[in-house]
Amino acid sequence: MKFAIVVQGAPYSHEASLSALHFVKAVLDAGHEIYRVFFYQDGIYNASDLIVPPQDETDIRAEWLSLSETHKVELITCIASSLRRGLLNKAEAERYERNAANLNTAFEISGLGQLIDAGLAADRTVTFAA
Amino acid sequence: MKRILFTQSRPPHGGINAQEGLDAILMGSAFAECAVLFQGDGVYQLLKHQQPERLGTKNFASTFGALADYGVDQIFCIDEDLAKRQLGTDELVIPTIPIKQNTVCEFISAFDLVLDF
Repeated sequence: MKFAIVVQGAPYSHEASLSALHFVKAVLDAGHEIYRVFFYQDGIYNASDLIVPPQDETDIRAEWLSLSETHKVELITCIASSLRRGLLNKAEAERYERNAANLNTAFEISGLGQLIDAGLAADRTVTFAA
Repeated sequence: MKRILFTQSRPPHGGINAQEGLDAILMGSAFAECAVLFQGDGVYQLLKHQQPERLGTKNFASTFGALADYGVDQIFCIDEDLAKRQLGTDELVIPTIPIKQNTVCEFISAFDLVLDF
């Protein structure tokens, strides 16, 4: 079965990110497919490359990186949500003349259409809201 | 064609859920047949005469009036949610189709995809 995952909560502020991570791993362990993980609203903060958690807490940034590397899970953040919250890749940083980019390279910034496409293409869409 | 239901479940200001939910509805309308259900405090999103500019937030309630232009004309409200808040349909910026609380589960399950904001 194909799953689309929507994450709407910021890491460490809300359980949404960890619950989504656990769920994605369980889906893959059970032999199913993750069509896409779409990060919307405060969920986009999961894609910050600048996250530095305390050593005795789960490294959510590293968890997403690992999922992307080992399972080629597609991680997409909404561009409108990202820009207004200060999450930029190099191209957007240049476009808006900001002096830094902070997008984790495991993620891509794309449009809200990717959310709708994922929901329509997947057999199940599971939202982790804040 | 697949059918998407957007549920708008939170009040209009104090959080960005309603506004980013509306963005998702507009995008959804480009892909599929969409309906919107306003439930709980989400019904406040449709109130006339909002003045959020004074808070420094965007007045997006008027955009609900444009939903029909995007082909989204199936707009629902839960009767009891309006009644509990002493709101009448004449106080809302667009016409809505009333549904009863006890039919909501069945109503939602008729859609292929449900996105809640």
